[in-house]
Amino acid sequence: MNPAAGNHPPQRNSAAHLTRSRLLRILAALAILLIVCAAAGGLFGSAHISLVRAFSDPGSPDHAIFFGARLPRVLMGVIVGAILAAVGTALQALVRNPLAEGGILGISGGGALGAILAMVMSAKLGGGEVAVPLCAFGAALLSTVAVYRLAMVDGQLEPFTLLLVGVIFNAFWGAAIMLVNSVVNFYYARSILFWLMGSLEAPTYREAAMVAGLGMAGFAVLMFQARDLNLLSLGDESAAELGVDVDRLRRTIFVATSVMIGAAVSVSGIISFVGLIVPHTLRLVFGADHRLLLPASLIGGAAFMVAADLVARVAIAPAEIPVGAITALCGGPFFIYMLRREGRRTLSL
Amino acid sequence: MTTPSRDTAAAMRASAIHAGYPGVPVLHGVSIEVAAGEMLAIVGPNGAGKSTLLKVLGGSIKPSAGSVELFGRPLDSIDRREFARTVASVGQENAVTFRFTVLEIVLMGRAPHLGAFGFESPRDLEIASAALDRFDLLGLAARHVQELSGGERKRVFLARALAQEPKIALLDEPTAFLDLKHVAEIFARFRQLCAERGMAVVATLHDLNAAALYADRVLLLADGAAVAYGTPAEVLTAENLRRVYQTEVYVGRNPSTGALIILPAALPNARA
Repeated sequence: MNPAAGNHPPQRNSAAHLTRSRLLRILAALAILLIVCAAAGGLFGSAHISLVRAFSDPGSPDHAIFFGARLPRVLMGVIVGAILAAVGTALQALVRNPLAEGGILGISGGGALGAILAMVMSAKLGGGEVAVPLCAFGAALLSTVAVYRLAMVDGQLEPFTLLLVGVIFNAFWGAAIMLVNSVVNFYYARSILFWLMGSLEAPTYREAAMVAGLGMAGFAVLMFQARDLNLLSLGDESAAELGVDVDRLRRTIFVATSVMIGAAVSVSGIISFVGLIVPHTLRLVFGADHRLLLPASLIGGAAFMVAADLVARVAIAPAEIPVGAITALCGGPFFIYMLRREGRRTLSL
Repeated sequence: MTTPSRDTAAAMRASAIHAGYPGVPVLHGVSIEVAAGEMLAIVGPNGAGKSTLLKVLGGSIKPSAGSVELFGRPLDSIDRREFARTVASVGQENAVTFRFTVLEIVLMGRAPHLGAFGFESPRDLEIASAALDRFDLLGLAARHVQELSGGERKRVFLARALAQEPKIALLDEPTAFLDLKHVAEIFARFRQLCAERGMAVVATLHDLNAAALYADRVLLLADGAAVAYGTPAEVLTAENLRRVYQTEVYVGRNPSTGALIILPAALPNARA
């Protein structure tokens, strides 16, 4: 066969496969990026504050702005961005389609409708703190399974059918949310709009901790499936021949990603495209191994979201752009670019 | 037809297999047996059930009747990961969704040998490198599979199967669309593996000459049933082939090597 030109033993070629040290180096670099973004998110905003005064004088406005407004925002950005990007990576692996993402597939929309219905109901019945994320999760899981099932043609997942079904679900959930919006009173209508646009505003520390906990639990489950997700790139049958229980893997990913999306949506609404841009960029730079890609998108997603939120806060200060608008403004063109590219390459990124 | 009794223990034995797809029965009572170190070729016309039989052996299609045994143990008593450490399959289509490198694909063959999380050990890497080396792919280790030619890609998947360190390899048309040189080299590699490791190889083949040249035993399938089963010389006779392929066939011998030669022998004026 071909005499190999430049015959390097692959052991020395660290780019040819993932090693533990390469994984740690890349994650460390991304962690530094996240710290820089988080620091910028804390320091800058529509008002100028002094960090020294914020820490030394608890009575100062600087203290109130830093601990009351910016820190929770940055925290929410970290949590929500990490969840959305990691979920995007897992869904792309599961459906073998680099264009899949919670927002695009209509899963976030389903979650948002569940959250809104729970919010309106619990205003009368109480128990909203538990009911909202729970309903968001339930509706997200329902959406995931429905989209997946409808996109199956003769037992095969059709890439473009999947995207079309996602688009339809998105429109359908959006319409359903508008319907709820038009029958409830003004007080809810305003917060419903907030859900549709996506925002990192106004969660309590307790809510943030709960979302972070659910996100980490879901992520831990995903990490245990990382190598099986790699094998899934070879197709269901090949993965099964290599010892993967494909049905179990699929159910596990459905539930884990739905918990994560439900948690994120219940505090931040629908923020699209984060789960598309971040995994794609990381995959281009660092390769396709999900043992790296999953934690890398967790950290990279957090950094991206914090940066996007900073832009949302300062671009037209003192007014504010919803962060979902920023991610969608970046993500829309990015999606079209990928769709064109993938169309030519028959979706084999 | 009865399964011939053999002195060596069967690595894999399928008895009276009936199988197919929902509403479409394909196989009607096919039996085969392959011993360690042996290469078995499954030949027959399109739609005869060659790939279906291979999928039954590989466990991805459950037979509706009949049984498959792996070293004397029924297939459904074997854990899927243990099965993957014993049997490797290479299908006809080898699509890869994301941009994995050649080495990454071959290392995936180590998956059934590894724990749930963690990295391949130096030994895994050695096994993968040896598999790459055997198919002359070392120089391509860092390349993305999507950048390779059809022949190179095929070799990557054969190397991945080898990295599984299987005792049995199931190959569905391993040399389809490959040129003469690659066909010869791929069979030579698997013959080596049969001899060195006692690996059993079951391959579906359209190329009757390759089956005659490389296989120890041949199963001739037609309409989901075995027409003949035995050594190439016993099975690949002009009469058998004429009956199954419904066309005139010439079977002769290469004057210099004595190997079987099979050629279509339709009359030249048949086209007129």
